[in-house]
Formats: sequence, C-alpha cells, structure tokens
Amino acid sequence: MLAHYAFIGVFFIAAASFPILPLIGAYFLRPSRPTEVKLDTYECGLEAIGDIWVQFKVQYYLYALAFVVFDIEVVFLYPWAVAFNQLGLFALVEMAIFLFILIGGLVYAWRKGALEWV
Amino acid sequence: MVPVSYYVLLSAVLFTLGVVGVLTRRNALIVFMSVEMMLNSANLALVAFAQRWQSANGQILVFFVITVAAAEVAVGLALLVTIFRSKRTTDIDEINTLKG
Amino acid sequence: MNILIMVIFVVLAAFTLAAGVMVVTVKNIIHAALWLIASFFSVAAMYLLMEAEFIAIVQVLVYVGAISILVLFAIMLTRHVTGEGVRQLYKRWWIALIVAAALFGVLIVPTVFNYEWAVQPSGAQISIASTVEIGTAFMREYLLPFEVASVLLLVALIGAIVIAFEERSTRRRVLTLAEEVEQRRQRNESLRLAPTTHASETSE
Repeated sequence: MLAHYAFIGVFFIAAASFPILPLIGAYFLRPSRPTEVKLDTYECGLEAIGDIWVQFKVQYYLYALAFVVFDIEVVFLYPWAVAFNQLGLFALVEMAIFLFILIGGLVYAWRKGALEWV
Repeated sequence: MVPVSYYVLLSAVLFTLGVVGVLTRRNALIVFMSVEMMLNSANLALVAFAQRWQSANGQILVFFVITVAAAEVAVGLALLVTIFRSKRTTDIDEINTLKG
Repeated sequence: MNILIMVIFVVLAAFTLAAGVMVVTVKNIIHAALWLIASFFSVAAMYLLMEAEFIAIVQVLVYVGAISILVLFAIMLTRHVTGEGVRQLYKRWWIALIVAAALFGVLIVPTVFNYEWAVQPSGAQISIASTVEIGTAFMREYLLPFEVASVLLLVALIGAIVIAFEERSTRRRVLTLAEEVEQRRQRNESLRLAPTTHASETSE
C-alpha cells in the first residue's frame, strides 16, 4: 500500500525540482548589477504610494470563518457517505440532524448580515 | 515500519516547542499558532497509537480534536481581531483589562 | 524498503521540527504562519507514512486549507506584521524555557523510554482503520460526540460572528437577531420612502 504513495512522492519531488532547478541555475548564470530603481517595488510601472499594509475589512475574516466551519462539516460528511450503504435510514436521519444544526448557524450569519459585503 | 515510540517522541518534542512558544512569545497570534502546533502534535500521537493498536478509535478522536481546534481558533482569533480594533495591540502583556 | 521508510521518516521529522522552531522563533508573523503551514504539511505526509490516508487528506483540507487561511486573515486584520521595534519575548523568557525543558525532561521522556513499546497488541490482528470503519463508528459508538461536534461548530460560528462583527464603539450591547432584523427592515423602508431626495442629491 505504502509503495503506491512512492509514486506520489517521486511526482512531488519532480514537480518541486521543476521550478527550483532553473531558479538555481539562473542564480549562477545571470549577471547581478542591482541599482536602486531595479530593487524598487514594481506596481504597474508607477511609483508605489503608501504602505502595503492596508487595513482589511472584517468581512474577510467572517467569510474565512464560515469556510472553516463548513469545511469541517464536509470532513464529517465524507466517511458517512462512504459507509452509507451499510448504515441505512438511521444514518440518514442522524446526518440530517447534524446538517440541520449547522444550517442554523448559516441562517444566523445570513440574517445577522454577516455575509453581506459592505 | 517506523517504531511507534519514534512518533511519540517526535510528538512530544513538537508539543514542547508549542509550550515554549506559548510561554515566551508576546504576540497573541504566535501564541495561537503554538497552540495549534500542540494540538497537531497530540493528533500525531493519536494516529500513531491508532496504527499501533490497529483500531479506529484513535483516528476518530483526531476528528474531534480537529473540530475543537477549529472552534478554538475561530473564536480566539475573532476575540483577537476585536481586541485589536479597540486597543490597537496584539501584545498579551498589554491586554490586561476585562472592560473594553 | 524498511530503511527507505526510516529515511523518509527522519527527513520529515527533521523538517517538521525545523518548521516548528521557526514558528516559535521567527520575528515576522507572516513567516511564522507560513512555517506553521509547512509543519502541518509535513505532519500530513507523516500520516501517509503511517497509512492513515483519510486523516492525511483531512489534515491538508482542514489545517493547511482552512485554519491557516483563518490565521492569515487574522494577521491581515491586525497590523503589526514585521515585528520591528516591538518586543517579542517576555523579559524572563529563560524561566519559560526552563519550565518547558522540565516538562519535557521530567514528564515526557521517562514515559516514552520506560514504556514497553515492543509488546505486541493482545487483540487479534484487525485490518487498519479504513474510511468505512470511521464512518460506521461515527454513526454507532460515537453518535453523541458526533452530534455534539456539530453543536460546537454552531456555537463557534455564532460566537465568532457576535464577537467580531459587532461595532462596539457605537453600540453598548450586542443586538439580538430579532432586533437586528427589525432594524434592517426599518432602514430599508426609510430608504424606499425617500428615493426622490436621494435622486435629486445625485443630480446636483
């Protein structure tokens, strides 16, 4: 079983070396004559104005939050779906309760206006 | 197979690293990351034991640990974001009042 | 084959620990978060090495995919990122180091080394826990924890929305859902009643 993952490992190493090796090669081959203009931040060719750290809206965080919660819901859903054939109707009811509780959270977020983009 | 004690030792070292992070760093975000690392090391030990005793129970416990970790990080970071908006700091030494 | 697995384990363990050390020591929070992701990822690879495939996928999906996104968004919302000019450590950080070393040396190491790991498990050799087995266990022995997990997630979602979404500076207390909906309805109605003034404002 583990041997099957060796292919993935080989693939992973090959995929990682694909961008890394040319970068290393380029590092040794290229001439390096940095000037101040060359090292400046590139922003569409214009001069960059202000700090890169702008304050983000809290909506970003709330979206990520909803994503995390429903991601974990999916994680619970998957083994249930795989085992469903052996479990029958009872499992369906149980999962319906599970989903119903979490949909309550989604409804709350929706009604509260947390999912609206201001 | 790798002996299970190796995994347990690795998980112990990772847990201790998390403890060091929680105890020494002053930035609350790094403290949260260290807590996540400690929970992750507990998961590692659980899976190692589950594979050692050939039982599903350890793996199922990992799911609940993941759920708790996500709930903890969601509420904790929400608190942190709110505290930052009123106090402009994430330094846990300066967050010392209960009243905002 | 065994030696190869051992080598892979050692490489992964070294990488995990190096990433963990970087999380704890590095100054820039973004870098700390990225190292944390790296450590999660190598732990996922270690789950694969233990042939716990589903847990490995879940680790990548939840920790690498979701929780790190949450952490990164929280970093974006709280500004001091590069950590220059900010004190990073407690003044007496060495005491914390001693406490951690004591925890490790006194509690963990003796337990790990004195336990007899070589003893074979007594039960009959069952097949390694598969996804089907996990799903069945959720619906049978672990039914109540399973449902409680969903309640926990619900509470986390609602709690985090209440904490992060409210603007505390303008309101003295958190509005209930009914009050919030009522307020929004009134606001919408007032917008609907006065569209003419709005139009004349924009035309000027």
